[in-house]
Amino acid sequence: MNFIDNPGKLHNFQKRGFEKNIKVEKISRRNILKGLGITGGFVLAAPVMTRQAFAYETGAGKMPHGVVVDPRVFVAVAPDGIVTILAHRSEMGTGVRTSLPLIVAEEMEADWSKVKVQQAHGDEVKFGNQDTDGSRSTRHYLVPMRQIGASARTMLEQAAAKRWGVPATEVKAVNHEVVHSASGRKLGFGELAADAAKESVPAVEGLKLKDPKDFRYLGKGEVGIVDLHDITTGKARYGADVRLPGMKYAVIARPPVTGGKLTSFDPDAALKVPGVEKVMKVQGWPWPSKFQPLGGVAVIARNTGAAIKGRDALKLVWDDGANAKYDSVAYRKELEEASRKPGLVLRKEGDADVALKSADKVVVGEYYIPHLAHVSMEPPVAVADVKGDKAEIWAPVQSPGGTREDVAKTLGIPEGNVTVNVTLLGGGFGRKSKCDYALEAALLSKELGAPVKVQWTREDDIHNGFLHTVSVERIEAGLDKDGKVIAWRHRSVAPSIASTFAAGTVHQASFEIGMGLVDMPFEIANISCENPEAAAHTRIGWFRSVSNIPRAFAVQSMVGEIANATGRDQKETLLALIGSPRIVKPAVKDLWNYGEPYDSYPIDTARLRRVVELVADKGEWGRQVPKGHGLGIAVHRSFVSYIATIVEVAVDEKGKLTVPRVDTAIDCGTYVNPERVASQIEGAAIMGLSLAKYGAITFKDGKVEQNNFDDFQVVRIDEAPLVTNVHIVPPGPDTPPSGVGEPGVPPFAPALINAIFAATGKRIRTLPIGKQLEA
Amino acid sequence: MIKVKINGQEQSWDGDPDLPLLWFLRDEAGLTGTKFGCGKALCGACTVIVDKEAVRSCITSINDVAGREVTTIEGLHPDGDHPVQKAWRQVNVPQCGFCQAGQIMQAAALLMDNPKPSHDQIREAMSGNICRCGCYQRIENAVHLASTGV
Ligand code: FES
Ligand code: FES
Repeated sequence: MNFIDNPGKLHNFQKRGFEKNIKVEKISRRNILKGLGITGGFVLAAPVMTRQAFAYETGAGKMPHGVVVDPRVFVAVAPDGIVTILAHRSEMGTGVRTSLPLIVAEEMEADWSKVKVQQAHGDEVKFGNQDTDGSRSTRHYLVPMRQIGASARTMLEQAAAKRWGVPATEVKAVNHEVVHSASGRKLGFGELAADAAKESVPAVEGLKLKDPKDFRYLGKGEVGIVDLHDITTGKARYGADVRLPGMKYAVIARPPVTGGKLTSFDPDAALKVPGVEKVMKVQGWPWPSKFQPLGGVAVIARNTGAAIKGRDALKLVWDDGANAKYDSVAYRKELEEASRKPGLVLRKEGDADVALKSADKVVVGEYYIPHLAHVSMEPPVAVADVKGDKAEIWAPVQSPGGTREDVAKTLGIPEGNVTVNVTLLGGGFGRKSKCDYALEAALLSKELGAPVKVQWTREDDIHNGFLHTVSVERIEAGLDKDGKVIAWRHRSVAPSIASTFAAGTVHQASFEIGMGLVDMPFEIANISCENPEAAAHTRIGWFRSVSNIPRAFAVQSMVGEIANATGRDQKETLLALIGSPRIVKPAVKDLWNYGEPYDSYPIDTARLRRVVELVADKGEWGRQVPKGHGLGIAVHRSFVSYIATIVEVAVDEKGKLTVPRVDTAIDCGTYVNPERVASQIEGAAIMGLSLAKYGAITFKDGKVEQNNFDDFQVVRIDEAPLVTNVHIVPPGPDTPPSGVGEPGVPPFAPALINAIFAATGKRIRTLPIGKQLEA
Repeated sequence: MIKVKINGQEQSWDGDPDLPLLWFLRDEAGLTGTKFGCGKALCGACTVIVDKEAVRSCITSINDVAGREVTTIEGLHPDGDHPVQKAWRQVNVPQCGFCQAGQIMQAAALLMDNPKPSHDQIREAMSGNICRCGCYQRIENAVHLASTGV
């Protein structure tokens, strides 16, 4: 049977086309513009199937194009027994290209050694939502992938039962064959393929899913990633590795200031560089314009090296435009001043203003985190081949469907004429949710009439990215005479991602304020969460964990400060603030909650407490550490998962810091591959340490001051934690899956900062740490 | 005309002698296993072995390797079973995988030079290779495993 490309009736449980009705808090990353300003959207009916089989629902159906549950779309069984399973999400290092097909294989009783994984192209009508971001893949697809697998298994079983003339209830699929135990007969999946394809797809509601105790793969972590061999032999194909006959190589000189324009250019010297074939203008869009290209000048050559050399020789004159004065030092002052005045009140419980005035003691922390760049190891790159009104793209994109939409719009051709082939991504971290590089390639290919690869250099990546925001988080905590926190005022000031979509944006969007500001879980009588205004002067975008990074840094540092002010243990202070085990109901209109229904994914302080206790136990909180060492702890709920981290730091006399040990406890509900959960958490510690030690993109005269890995440093192996232990909370039978890719990052920096305080008595409130520890 | 042996095969180039080896490998010779990460010898993604030494191909011109032997990830072992590659798979090192060709070539060069490196020596030798995904703990373990026999 060949399910793939069999256009049969789609079995989506949520049909396409919801964007129009999506409210801001339900927007996907790419549809933010359409969602902005639209109010009164209706609440979509919850998917029927999840209620049948599981005790929880997810937000999957509310994503653009929802979910498609159809084995004919995702599974093919060849006569030789090879089972091909489509991976419709993008692989950027999380292991999703293995995990989701593994779920299908598990449920259909396929033998993983006879499974081939094939990458789906961008087509959300066919495959459902493909935006690989928001740490959503497992939480949105565990159930649908199980149903797809169960459907395929049922069809194979029905085919075998018919062949043998026995009731379907008497046969059972077991490890790549269907067995009739009464008669001892067996048929391999390959032998049943043709017949099974003729079976009708069973209704989702009646599907019988496997008992988790019979799982061979799920939850075990014994399966390596599907690309492991290819990665270790250089055969794995990333965006940059695509080669087409007659393909040209391009690099682009882009405006150094966001919103700047080309005034004039002189191509002569560039054209003299051996291998350079052409110099041409690239169309740009005025800022802000979502993911549209910035414009500039492209150098076209026979190889990338020649194109780079040619670009170096260009003479360019720019008009820097409205952001020419963007200056990080001055901007920080603006944010700080704004944070000291009242802002838009987003959550109000009790009266924090009054309580702060009557408090015995007020602890104030003003925390600053600068812009960050993603610097995925593979810089942005894309290949496009545009012929007439047809376009084919090969690119490492987190948003295959969004890329298809945007290419079609940019070229003015129907979406159906655009094919987006998704390669492996050499890292994404949110940068590759924005497909500007694919749009550049499409525009150039159209004009040249030839396939083109656009390669971004590292400098391009750092100068012209979609940066993590820059923020001041100011927290004032009022304590009574017993040291109990009675008031909490948190003002968050940061330019919003929405500013990349709509001019004049000065407030953060609900998905940003929902990342650790208004969903703060502490049991405090008087709470005020506020958002003073901040205008953007560069392109702001999603960066792994997004606003959770500054929020966890501020909130969990403040816990350390309160512990210090009251002379209590950090962990005990943290647990006291979390308070009793309960479901937190913040007084917030339309709590974002990562797009998930609150009933399935509430803020559950019992789970928050559990990860704190678990990490304290396994991480040996309170252990004796050598002189100059310190322990710090932090916990944060993000992407509906709960994560607590303990960092042991050592700071020498010169102020050089090392990290001997990290322990992280994660409660991500039901998980598919604990080995990949661990690798994500190990990596998150490195990313957390990188941003804490070094992470800063700064602007002067509107331009980014950093260029490459020498001045935008990331942690290397010789400064990596010596050990990162990952402790995973075993899920209950019906605990919904939650995020893994992002949530490991936020608690790292505050745990480190609290550890540094324990080691040295120095309280760091400005990231990165840089030279602050050098006396 | 510049002649260079790449993975045992003679290749020639009569274009710009300053062309970085990286781009010759990737764009002219079609050996895309070697990656571009920074272009300034800062990340190690482009590491290849020239004669017996790990070299950053992004700052090495094709002319610099004239008459020499270049080994890329594609040529490290005919079946991809170099001890370092096997160790990498055993430890399940990669996340996105983009840095890994460079890491593996660096590790292979280290073990040629020092078959039994200490953990400190491993960290020192591998410190020019960035992994943005943060696979360092596993990289260190895999190099150690490769050095002690898989
Ligand atoms: S690309 Fe050569 S070291 Fe980074
Ligand atoms: S595995 Fe992604 S950069 Fe190393």
